[in-house]
Amino acid sequence: MADISQQLQEQVLQARAGGEKLNIVGGNTKAFIGREPSAEAGTLNVGEHTGIVDYHPVELVMTVRAGTPLADIETVLAEQGQALHFEPPHFGPESTIGGTLACNLSGPARPWTGSVRDQVLGIRLINGKGEHLRFGGEVMKNVAGYDVSRLQAGALGTLGLITEISLKVMPSPAASMTLVQEMGMDEVLHYMNSRSAEPKPITAACWVDGKVYLRLSGAKSAVEATAEKWSGEVMEAGAEFWRSVQDMQHDFFTGSDEALWRFSVNSTAANPAIEGDWFIDWAGSQRWFRGAGQLSDMEPLARAAGGQVSLFRGGDRSGEVMHSQPNALKTIQQRVKNSFDPDGIFNPGRLYSWM
Amino acid sequence: MTTKPTISKAELAEQLRAFVDADFVITDDETMKPYECDGMSMYCEMPLLVVLPETVTQVQRIMRICHKHGVPVVARGAGTGLSAGAMPNKEGVVLSLAKFNRILNIDPLARTASLQPGVRNLAISEEAAQYGLYYGPDPSSQIACTIGGNVAENSGGVHCLKYGLTVHNLLSVEIVTAEGDVVTVGSDGLDSCGMDLLALLTGSEGLLGVVTEVKVKLLPKPEVAQVVMAGFDSVQKAGDAVGGIISHGIIPGGLEMMDGYAIVAADDFAGAGYPRDAKALLLCEVDGTEEEVHEHIAEAEEVFRKLGATSVRTSQSEEERALLWLGRKSAFPAVGRISPDYYCMDGTIPRRHIAYVLSEMEKMSAEFGLRVANVFHAGDGNLHPLILFDANVPGEFERTEAFGAAILKMCVDVGGCITGEHGVGVEKIRQMAIQFNDEELQQFHDVKAAFDPTGILNPGKAVPALKYCQEYRSLEYKQHKHEHTEAAQHG
Repeated sequence: MADISQQLQEQVLQARAGGEKLNIVGGNTKAFIGREPSAEAGTLNVGEHTGIVDYHPVELVMTVRAGTPLADIETVLAEQGQALHFEPPHFGPESTIGGTLACNLSGPARPWTGSVRDQVLGIRLINGKGEHLRFGGEVMKNVAGYDVSRLQAGALGTLGLITEISLKVMPSPAASMTLVQEMGMDEVLHYMNSRSAEPKPITAACWVDGKVYLRLSGAKSAVEATAEKWSGEVMEAGAEFWRSVQDMQHDFFTGSDEALWRFSVNSTAANPAIEGDWFIDWAGSQRWFRGAGQLSDMEPLARAAGGQVSLFRGGDRSGEVMHSQPNALKTIQQRVKNSFDPDGIFNPGRLYSWM
Repeated sequence: MTTKPTISKAELAEQLRAFVDADFVITDDETMKPYECDGMSMYCEMPLLVVLPETVTQVQRIMRICHKHGVPVVARGAGTGLSAGAMPNKEGVVLSLAKFNRILNIDPLARTASLQPGVRNLAISEEAAQYGLYYGPDPSSQIACTIGGNVAENSGGVHCLKYGLTVHNLLSVEIVTAEGDVVTVGSDGLDSCGMDLLALLTGSEGLLGVVTEVKVKLLPKPEVAQVVMAGFDSVQKAGDAVGGIISHGIIPGGLEMMDGYAIVAADDFAGAGYPRDAKALLLCEVDGTEEEVHEHIAEAEEVFRKLGATSVRTSQSEEERALLWLGRKSAFPAVGRISPDYYCMDGTIPRRHIAYVLSEMEKMSAEFGLRVANVFHAGDGNLHPLILFDANVPGEFERTEAFGAAILKMCVDVGGCITGEHGVGVEKIRQMAIQFNDEELQQFHDVKAAFDPTGILNPGKAVPALKYCQEYRSLEYKQHKHEHTEAAQHG
């Protein structure tokens, strides 16, 4: 529990004065995401900047320093019967909330309860000029000024150092139940989307190894009544299963060193026709592919499915790992980067080679 | 950033008429008159001209010409905005998207709708209803407001707490940039690579690009919705009851509060059967499956009774539910009936301060000599105080503005913000200097320049020029000091 924001600000100012670059590190559990960290840059460690600044359960809002481990946050929330509804992946006990937002990572519930980006209400950020700025706020609705807080989601720290985050939190569901059944990949996309179109308390839907898993959560009576109507067997170890999906500890993710690709696509699009293993999550919106290949080969497949692809883990990380951007958007993003970090101090080359 | 346009009105009109139907390049005052303001009619300005393109290519060509000649462009949807965000620039073009009014596609399986920006908010849900789907955000103006404007303002509505704002319900937008490029931000996937430009564009009040297409998510229509109405003899008790519901783990579809003034006005107008002697009224709507609603309604009734409700009534039919909502939904026109004019504020506060904020507002009401009625999105802390005034009485609007400014300052002081869903526009531009310091405002200007280097898109709105901010802040300070001195003298 320490506020080291002044120290962090000093370090940014020094780097700026000395023409140095900085790689941002929190719990250091997501070093594998993005392009290889720059070898020339120093380290800006936000991992010691921890602690819950403000939490009012009745307001459904928590403000927390960026280096706070997810586990600590979830423990405090659980005492009040609340949770982070976006189910952030823990890549280790040290995984922080700041890194989760910078990488925009959310778990199996994301299509129904929103992503980490969706729950962000405000942030504090040290920009490349060493200014400690505040955007958004601690209230659910706030349209004053541009949404700089949510802009950070997925920016991989390239726009500045997030020091504090205000988040919407939600009550934990009273009951949960998981239904599992065998199904082929050809049927499953239609099935998961049809179920999602019903007004039932579905909060997760994935497919792996020839089985489809649906989770129901909410009021006990609603969960039980829906489980009665829908096909599939009740899975006893449902909670453990979803935990392994959330933390990417399921065998699909841990069983191989092959490159892991993330396709973020139209939930109903036919699956890309390439050989390899697939894990379909988010009722079809997020599809993991394990196998060798080049980003330039994957992109047309993602585009055909209405979305984008990135090299999530492993593979060649010296080239681009994120879906390429059209020129006009590339120009805008370079200018946005310059507006926050004119000297290019933060995480050089981590998101794109050209940023 | 903006300099004088380098083209005359006549030349500009001629260039636009080369590719836009001449009838839709409007240059005469009489036909332009309806465009002089949006829903915030106290702020008016006549534009140089109005243009209504019908293709994206035409929008691109308009932007290129305006960019080349430094002509300001104010994009406009239905003009229902409540912060003068669509007020014209007298040296600029009003770019109306009214002709972009087609629903391009509804995909019932993927639960998405592709829309032109001029499609009305309510029309989306009406069209999606045949598939058992609807579009979540439902601003009060939903019968008229358009999805393009909703994106520009990040519009909310009464169901935000559970279903989110516009930003939570978008998949992608196509924009034409200030320089005339067409880009799509977002995709059919839920999360795109890199920094979240879609979030940045949402709520950017037409300062970063012109929206030409929108893809939204649709939700399955809940099986059942029921509303519990609870009356209380104090605002404090009603505020505690809101907290009680949330603490109980129930997230209502809608949770609205009205004060005594608003209760009577709305009941007179709609005949909703509200408890007219109550000091505060809560409308708590629970939606979901039949089982869930049944369970939660019973719990909500019990929570309200325990926390001192003087009356509790639950809708037993769709008609009754509609009637109970009718009062709330017609609160603005209802108040309009008891006063020549009213001014709607839009601050947001942490809910726990509701009783304090309302009692302070009552004091201010006496100080400024103006009545105020309150409707409140209690679930998400968004206040809509309606200040009643008469624009024909000299000085009364100025006093109303000052009262409004004092309310917004109080919202910021208790940890809230100056606008929850109506936007900054022209109207609240002074208050931006209270919520943000110069470095933060400069960061906004720099972000703007990344999209619009010459500053032609909706100039002068949303983010104040820094040179005025010091002045605004010291004015506020003086007023504040004056109030304190007065209070000390009276105390």
